[in-house]
Amino acid sequence: MNAVVLPRTSIWPRRLQRALLILIAVAFMLVFLLLPLAVVFTEALAKGVQTFVAAITQSGAWSSIRLTLLVAAMVVPLNLVFGVAASWAMARFEFRGKALLGALIDLPFSVSPVIAGLIYVLLFGAQGWFGPWLDAHGIRIIFAVPGLVLASIFVTLPFVARELIPLMQVQGSEDEEAARVLGANGLQMFFRVTLPNIRWALLYGVLLCNARAMGEFGAVSVVSGHIRGLTTTMPLEVEMRYNEYDYAGAFAVASLLALLALLTLAIKTLLEWRYGDELAAHAPGGR
Amino acid sequence: MTLELSHLKRRFAEYPALDDVSLEIPPGEFLALLGPSGSGKTTLLRILAGLDYPESGSVRQSGRDLLAIDARRRKVGLVFQHYALFRHLTVAENVAFGLRVRPWRARPKRADIAARVERLLQRVQLQDMAKRYPAQLSGGQRQRVALARALAVEPDLLLLDEPFGALDAQVRVSLRRWLRELHDEFGLTTVFVTHDQEEALELADRVVVMNRGRIEQIGKPDAIYQDPATPFVCEFVGRVNRIAACCEGGKLVAGGLVLGADPWDGRHDTAIAYIRPEQFIVAAPDDGEAWSVCVRRAFGAGGTVHLVLDAAALGQVLEMDIFGAERLRDTWQQGACLRIRPRHVTVFPDGIHPAAARACEPGIVASATRPMAVGP
Repeated sequence: MNAVVLPRTSIWPRRLQRALLILIAVAFMLVFLLLPLAVVFTEALAKGVQTFVAAITQSGAWSSIRLTLLVAAMVVPLNLVFGVAASWAMARFEFRGKALLGALIDLPFSVSPVIAGLIYVLLFGAQGWFGPWLDAHGIRIIFAVPGLVLASIFVTLPFVARELIPLMQVQGSEDEEAARVLGANGLQMFFRVTLPNIRWALLYGVLLCNARAMGEFGAVSVVSGHIRGLTTTMPLEVEMRYNEYDYAGAFAVASLLALLALLTLAIKTLLEWRYGDELAAHAPGGR
Repeated sequence: MTLELSHLKRRFAEYPALDDVSLEIPPGEFLALLGPSGSGKTTLLRILAGLDYPESGSVRQSGRDLLAIDARRRKVGLVFQHYALFRHLTVAENVAFGLRVRPWRARPKRADIAARVERLLQRVQLQDMAKRYPAQLSGGQRQRVALARALAVEPDLLLLDEPFGALDAQVRVSLRRWLRELHDEFGLTTVFVTHDQEEALELADRVVVMNRGRIEQIGKPDAIYQDPATPFVCEFVGRVNRIAACCEGGKLVAGGLVLGADPWDGRHDTAIAYIRPEQFIVAAPDDGEAWSVCVRRAFGAGGTVHLVLDAAALGQVLEMDIFGAERLRDTWQQGACLRIRPRHVTVFPDGIHPAAARACEPGIVASATRPMAVGP
């Protein structure tokens, strides 16, 4: 009988452990992620659907959505090109200052976004280094869309490169050399060999970059000037409405922003599900 | 079409990867570049492929300057050590790659490409795997895909970097015989890099032994094995016993036994004698012209018996191999004593070597010299 009792006593604590760990994880997610998300949507709809619709069809809301998408549409491709170029340089070549370049790519992670915004104000603002020259040529950067783009590029700069560099270092340059010896030119090598090898990491990087570009508040807030309808992105619009005691309006825009984030997540999940087999087959060293 | 490499030099930082390497490769030859890691053999291969360039020296093929031709136009087939198959492409797409990237005018028709890919896959016995991805293949299959991909562009020169390095021992042996047959059938000039002397000796028409960026010896496998040109070749290629000897009165002596005439007419006092484990003869018990040895350990390995012998006269351990019917004798038990003498000795002059000086005195046990050198 002992032999039967023994496993029971040894299994129970393990089951308990497992249940406890799952409970902690789920509770944490519930309190810190799902609950706020639920609050955003319930508050947005608290005063009825009509108020919600009215809040998001206001010209201010509409222009903030357009501006957010515009900034993301400019920031993401620029960072994509920069990220691929920087990763290529870091992973394929040895050069002086390589460590410095690596540190610089990581800089936006360690610098507060507010400081990033401030740097651009100091450079391109009316009293900044290039301010008078820009003014003389009628170019507006601060308190205008270019400033928003610059600040967003700064904060999202590491996302693509940091995703690609480790992968490209592990993969090495043999595939590319093989392509060259087989007669491929530079473009063929990049589009037929390099890009397919890094596409999943690139996609992750781009999605992260996009999410951050749309949600960035600090750096953008400094350079924006909060001109409603002209330089307020969605996060800024949320804050302005909140400060104006327009809670329903603030939450309505916030819910849209949350929806955009959920959409990004959905796209990522869909792609993973659609190409999951391929992803598994291409895992390094996988059979 | 002879490939002429002359005075190639290449440094990495302060380390010379190639130090004045000259070599001629006649068409259709199967050449092995053999050497330890860091000997420069892979650098030489990469220079031939156009993936690396020497600081000085030239590579010419029937008057053409090969170094002036970019890797993608050089018509070279290269198989990487880890194959470098494109993991997002199927086996058939991998093989077709070199044809598909050709400029529009030189590109074969779609149907011709498909036909050629199918023919090649048949030749490497992978016709059923055409639709698989590299990740779904075994090591040996991947290697064959890499080979088919390299052959698809109809290269003038086939280069293989450690072609069997990543394979199991069994697959390795069968695959290298198969590769040799393939070479004979295509008649391509083939250069392969290896650190495995057995592989080089078995496969190649000629072997180039490299060490520290220099060529130590070029020769047929037999010559490399039987008549090594330098101590390095002797120790690197195959197992060998390293014995201190001395030159005295026009004779070469080790452990009281005359190995032969002094080849240097007294210009050197001491020498190192190399004897391969299979180059010993068992002498009669009363034969004076032999070393007396006792069996320390005997390893039976199928058709061969490997003996580890204590040679008191030399003050060192000897390794000896016995083949054929000889191995069935019961003299090879542990503790048994017998008399042996070398059948073939390779000698090189040595600097001042105290043990060698003492080796002249007959019957006197020299202090323990270095244990025998075994191949890597």
